[in-house]
Amino acid sequence: MPKSLISISDFTKEEMLHILDVAGEFEKNKSQNFLHDKVIACLFFEPSTRTRLSFETASNRLGARVIGFSDVANTSVSKGETLKDTIKMVSNYVDLIVMRHPLEGAARYASEVASVPVINAGDGANQHPTQTMLDMYTIKQTQGHLENMNINMVGDLKYGRTVHSLIQAMSYFSPSFVFTAPPELKMPQEYKDFLTSKKIPFTETEDLMEHINDTDILYMTRVQQERFTDPMEYEKVKNCFRLTASMLGGCKKNMKILHPLPRVGEITQDVDDTPFAYYFRQAGNGMFVRMAIIAYLLGAR
Amino acid sequence: MGTVKKITEKTLQVNAIENGTVLDHIPADQLFKVIQILGLDKECKNQITFGTNLESKKLGRKAIIKIADRVFKPKEINKIALVAPDAKINIIKDFKVIEKKVISIPKEIVGIAKCMNPACITNHQPVPTRFTTSYENKHLKLLCHYCEKTTDGENLQL
Ligand SMILES: [Zn+2]
Repeated sequence: MPKSLISISDFTKEEMLHILDVAGEFEKNKSQNFLHDKVIACLFFEPSTRTRLSFETASNRLGARVIGFSDVANTSVSKGETLKDTIKMVSNYVDLIVMRHPLEGAARYASEVASVPVINAGDGANQHPTQTMLDMYTIKQTQGHLENMNINMVGDLKYGRTVHSLIQAMSYFSPSFVFTAPPELKMPQEYKDFLTSKKIPFTETEDLMEHINDTDILYMTRVQQERFTDPMEYEKVKNCFRLTASMLGGCKKNMKILHPLPRVGEITQDVDDTPFAYYFRQAGNGMFVRMAIIAYLLGAR
Repeated sequence: MGTVKKITEKTLQVNAIENGTVLDHIPADQLFKVIQILGLDKECKNQITFGTNLESKKLGRKAIIKIADRVFKPKEINKIALVAPDAKINIIKDFKVIEKKVISIPKEIVGIAKCMNPACITNHQPVPTRFTTSYENKHLKLLCHYCEKTTDGENLQL
């Protein structure tokens, strides 16, 4: 079975650092052409324009050609073809498969039936490891290194898969965490147990201002209305977890704000012009990191 | 009087077998799940007798299964750890117990239990389930190899 990237835990610390180095190389020189004889499939069983464009651009920048679909309408999948059959068939044509699927575990299963490497571009609420790698790349880019970061995660820490994977990945670099969330969306116990087992300190708060001045990385997430059983509760909390420029007066100079995007009002527009805003650069980093992961899995780097 | 009554009851409750396997100390409410896991409900020509709601000091109410002329491989029998972790296995020859075994919980469970996550691929496509097990404080937990969610022993469905 060729090496795939399904969950962030598929990479060792060394592999992560290697990917980040290669991504840095590609950022300096975007025109890489060494995969000109390769074909990559981008199979989006669920639409996600942002992620798909990032992967397709990454493939093109490496010189590879891309085939695939951006949603399942008008494909054999909509006629009831099993995931296994689709993956087996596509495996015959291409050198690597990028896939996004609404069901959890779909990418792991695909990697077991595929004869080529698979990159998970999101499987439901489960994993989205290239997002995690780009978050790490961004942290390293803004701080110069990954060690001893104080990371303050804000918003939906219960369902937000990006924060869960980032905790796993950063656990190699002696971080400390602050979890800022409303009671309904607190960090699940299993991740707190994980941190305790690794002797990584964390604190929890419902007050965004409480730890903001000690934070190196302020990781904002979407607080979605549909997560609340009581709509009144959403109205109450949404303003408490909204970041405005006026809250940033006492922050550390090196502090940077990250957000997996798209935002739905957790960060007001006036923050965009502060030196702390970094979420647009963060999104752009996705391409370099995805280039590096594709190159690595194809044995080219 | 009490002792005599108990002994007679015990022998009468479930008939003895000449050769085969006796599974004892099965929680009464798990009897049919054990039968299902061992596949005794299909393609099995052996003579099987079972009793349930028998008195047990340890379990309150227990079940017992006797399968004539059959000895299970550890790999087969350990699967019942999912529902009957305290079960005792007695191998019978000429009406005598020649070997006693205990169940050990397998590290990996393939194709028996159902993942309780409704969004898991295994609940939508013909994918055999696969779990790694952990057993802490008498609590069995199954970590799904695919969706990476945990199914508790209490919520187990087969
Ligand atoms: Zn599952």
